[in-house]
Amino acid sequence: MSRELFKFKGGVHPPEHKAESNTRPIHAAPLPKKLVIPLRQHIGSPAKPMVNVGDRVLKGQMIGAADGYISAAVHASSSGIVSAIGPAVVPHVSGLPDDCITIETDGRDEWIVHAPIDYRAMEPADLRMRLRDMGLAGLGGAVFPSAVKLDPGATHPCPTLILNGGECEPWITCDDVLMRHHADEILEGVAVMRHLLGSTEILVGIEDNKPEAIAAMQAAAQKMDFAIEVVAVPARYPGGGAKQMIQVLTGKEVPSGKLSTDIGIQVFNVGTAHALARAVHHGEPLISRLVTVTGHVLRPQNFEVLIGTPMHTLITLAGDRDGTTGVLMGGPMMGMPMPDLEVPVVKATNCILVKSNDLFPPLPKALPCIRCTRCADACPAELQPQELFRFAKAGDFGRAQEYHLFDCIECGCCSYVCPSHIPLVDFYRYAKSEIWAREKEKRAADLARERHEFRQFRLEREKKEKAEKLAAKAQAKRAELAAAPATAGAPDVDAKKALIAAALARAQAKKAEVAPKNVDHLPPDTQREIEEIEARRAKIRELAHQPLESEEKKP
Amino acid sequence: MPSPFILDRSSVTQVMAWVLAALLPGILVYVWLFGPGILVTLALATVTALAAEAAMLKARGYPAKPFLLDLSAIVTAWLLALSLPSLAPWWLIVTGTLFAIVVAKHLYGGLGQNIFNPAMVGYAVLIVSFPVQMTQWAGPLELTATPLTLAQSASVIFGGDVPKATLDAVTMATPLDALRTGLLQQLTVDEIMTHSIFGHYGGVGFEWLAGAFLLGGLVLWALRIISWQVPLAFLAGVWLAAGFLHFFDAGRFGAPWFHLFAPSVMLGAFFIATDPVSGATTPRGKLIFGFGAGLLTIIIRTWGGYPDGVAFAILLMNLCVPLIDQFTQPRVYGETKKAPPA
Amino acid sequence: MLTAILVMVAIAVVIGLVLGWSAIRFKVEGNPLAEKIDAILPQTQCGQCGFPGCRPYAEAIAKGEADINQCPPGGEEGVKKLAELLGVEPKPLDETHGIPKPKSVAFIDEQTCIGCTLCIQACPVDAISGAAKQMHTIIAAECTGCELCLPPCPVDCITMVPLAEDLPHWKWKHPVVMLKEVS
Repeated sequence: MSRELFKFKGGVHPPEHKAESNTRPIHAAPLPKKLVIPLRQHIGSPAKPMVNVGDRVLKGQMIGAADGYISAAVHASSSGIVSAIGPAVVPHVSGLPDDCITIETDGRDEWIVHAPIDYRAMEPADLRMRLRDMGLAGLGGAVFPSAVKLDPGATHPCPTLILNGGECEPWITCDDVLMRHHADEILEGVAVMRHLLGSTEILVGIEDNKPEAIAAMQAAAQKMDFAIEVVAVPARYPGGGAKQMIQVLTGKEVPSGKLSTDIGIQVFNVGTAHALARAVHHGEPLISRLVTVTGHVLRPQNFEVLIGTPMHTLITLAGDRDGTTGVLMGGPMMGMPMPDLEVPVVKATNCILVKSNDLFPPLPKALPCIRCTRCADACPAELQPQELFRFAKAGDFGRAQEYHLFDCIECGCCSYVCPSHIPLVDFYRYAKSEIWAREKEKRAADLARERHEFRQFRLEREKKEKAEKLAAKAQAKRAELAAAPATAGAPDVDAKKALIAAALARAQAKKAEVAPKNVDHLPPDTQREIEEIEARRAKIRELAHQPLESEEKKP
Repeated sequence: MPSPFILDRSSVTQVMAWVLAALLPGILVYVWLFGPGILVTLALATVTALAAEAAMLKARGYPAKPFLLDLSAIVTAWLLALSLPSLAPWWLIVTGTLFAIVVAKHLYGGLGQNIFNPAMVGYAVLIVSFPVQMTQWAGPLELTATPLTLAQSASVIFGGDVPKATLDAVTMATPLDALRTGLLQQLTVDEIMTHSIFGHYGGVGFEWLAGAFLLGGLVLWALRIISWQVPLAFLAGVWLAAGFLHFFDAGRFGAPWFHLFAPSVMLGAFFIATDPVSGATTPRGKLIFGFGAGLLTIIIRTWGGYPDGVAFAILLMNLCVPLIDQFTQPRVYGETKKAPPA
Repeated sequence: MLTAILVMVAIAVVIGLVLGWSAIRFKVEGNPLAEKIDAILPQTQCGQCGFPGCRPYAEAIAKGEADINQCPPGGEEGVKKLAELLGVEPKPLDETHGIPKPKSVAFIDEQTCIGCTLCIQACPVDAISGAAKQMHTIIAAECTGCELCLPPCPVDCITMVPLAEDLPHWKWKHPVVMLKEVS
């Protein structure tokens, strides 16, 4: 390979554990009875539901529309009846429910009418809208809507397109297997990307621990009508991170707080390119993806899985074993523990990693930081993790930001090397979400202040206007004749009070009208009982309205 | 507990164990050249340190096991023991160790919280309080007619009845002491260097001890337990400062090689200044920290009131660490303009 | 003696002039301290502090007429921030002004509402929409949870609903690293 490669700072070499799952062929996971499709599967605004409970939907039918520019649609992964729209547990570390559309599948797997797109004949903006409506989002894990990333912008040409086949996380092999088996389709997707971005240089970065994938991609690249350079990059975690891949391949750094397009580079995951090819050449929206099921299972392998399939069905399919201690979505470095195995596979699910005590022994207890700076040596963002830890722990979020907390990519290298076993990344996540919450609070407070100030201004103005009007009126009256005294505001208030009282009476009457329906023709015993209860209730109500004396005396 | 779910096999215990292992060549050379007395000092300091650590952990409500097993107390004990005169009385060793563990370490918050290197605090307290006892060094065996056995050394340390003549026969001024005394007597460096205690670079035996510490330090560097910046900058600071003075007045200032091969410099550069807890953390900061400590060592040795300055130099630089760290924050990935944190 | 006095007087005059000039030259518009205090206050405009809104309370603190611990929605953290800003010791919240509650928004039971507009007049941030004899409703995103609309309502149709934690508002918790033994 003639290309000069660069190095990114830091990084670690965790055991790869890729061989477990990358040799078995891809199997399609069977159609589940129930699909749960979250409306928030991508970064940006959640999709807006477009169907109602009871509707029959077809495979590939849009059931949630993109809401805004940074958003993506969601689709029914198979045909069936919409059985619920509302909160359900989603694959998120919090275990909190989020809005989902549940489909009871009918087993017919009936496609909606779909056709290939002649992308070359379309306006780029229209094509991007189309891709957004086909639900395309980055399948590397960040799930950023692809349509947005495919917009180079008027001022930013994007000469370099990097296809990321790094897959540096241990255990995960879905990209590896995809490249081995679908290299041609991946590059067809790249052709569409190239068309939209106007890129002249196309690089495919693959870590050198995947020789089969590299060979397959090189063979496929030969067949394309434009130049593609497949580059083997040294395997080092997190070499598959977009910023690290850019640095290794081009030697350029993405400026802090900016996008890679600002330096003329765009990066896509190989899975995204494959999904794009399916969308353009087959008209299929993003309704399935490759998922690695590995770890403590009998047959670790990759499945082609419909979005919305419950995770436990995949674990059963791969052969579940005794001694499971938990399930992660993603790899061991950045994956998130799943609250429940009912949670569905979503666009971001690249791996389901089943844990056991043998494979993932419980982490040892943390000791205090000894400032050894191994974390700083391992940090690919070149931060000082020990300082960030100190600030985050102390709640000094301002200092944490000054020390570039938001350049942290949460890759976990610092925690991995920490001899004191401190969960460093946890502290950064905590600090980041705390800062975001505070910013939100601050915005809310600013809004409230503004509204309050405007209200004060409005009241002032109304008062002034009223006074002016009154003065004018009074003057006019005085000018005409000083006979009848002008009425003051007092009766006005009385009238208002009377009106309210009337309304109150009406409301109470209305309330009283709502009488129980099953009290007619009761035997006298029951009738008496009811009366007693009613009397008791009335008494309680009365008591409740009087503040307790003892309570009032309390300080 | 969220990700990551896997860890490297490193641990504080492992780091500390390597530091102890890297001290072994030095200890072996020590025993070989100066007699087995140091073993008594090491053992006494270790026992005292562990007892003090356990008591303090209990008093502060921390579990004893993980913190005793981290071996940091033993590292402190060994570093202090190796800095003390080899025939220092037992109470001196116990006092120094207790001060190091109880005051310098635990009263500052225990492991990872101390702003000063505990061993050096212990040493500084002793040399300030008991300057006379701090000169009871056993001379190199090469120059001693009747070296002390292990039992005799123990007897000296524990205040046993040792004939003064025997003791006088083995104790000897260290090369640094000899240099200082000689200079005070208006002798020139060349005249002082004719004394039998001086060898090729440093003192007889002492230069080999320094070499052994250097070897251990290089092992630590090769294992990435310590970074290259601190030792290199420290040695550079010593060499440049001493060389500068020696260049202008060779008669009044010792040669740079002599200063480098005083064992305390090697021990300080590779084992004490590299203490991560009390040292600088940024790459540039480590250079400044090490260089400053080296420079101060020579300044204190030359003009200070004590024969050696490594301990005070490191403690003074410990004081500057927060400032150094704050102003040497490295550029992070993607950072475009230099904005020093306020 | 006289020279010394004259020199001192001259120095005093010069310094006085410089100070006087800079007071005019570098005059700060408005009351920056009250502004800063106001920025810390939560802007609920609830009046629990005894002042008609956050701004008047901020001005009262700036003038030294009010204590820093009278704002329950700001909580202990708010007190701490104010203490830091003013360089005084933080103190516990004064409970006579109320206790901190979980953040809530008002909710109007639209079946019971009679459309009297009294709550609209009470709302300090105009977060209630509606008109006379029309059903009213709370704009939840703009409600500060001040509870000022509760007392005027003649039919008690307004309740405070605590904000439930949902996915967009979920926060990572402070990691628990237990070093000490739990006795």
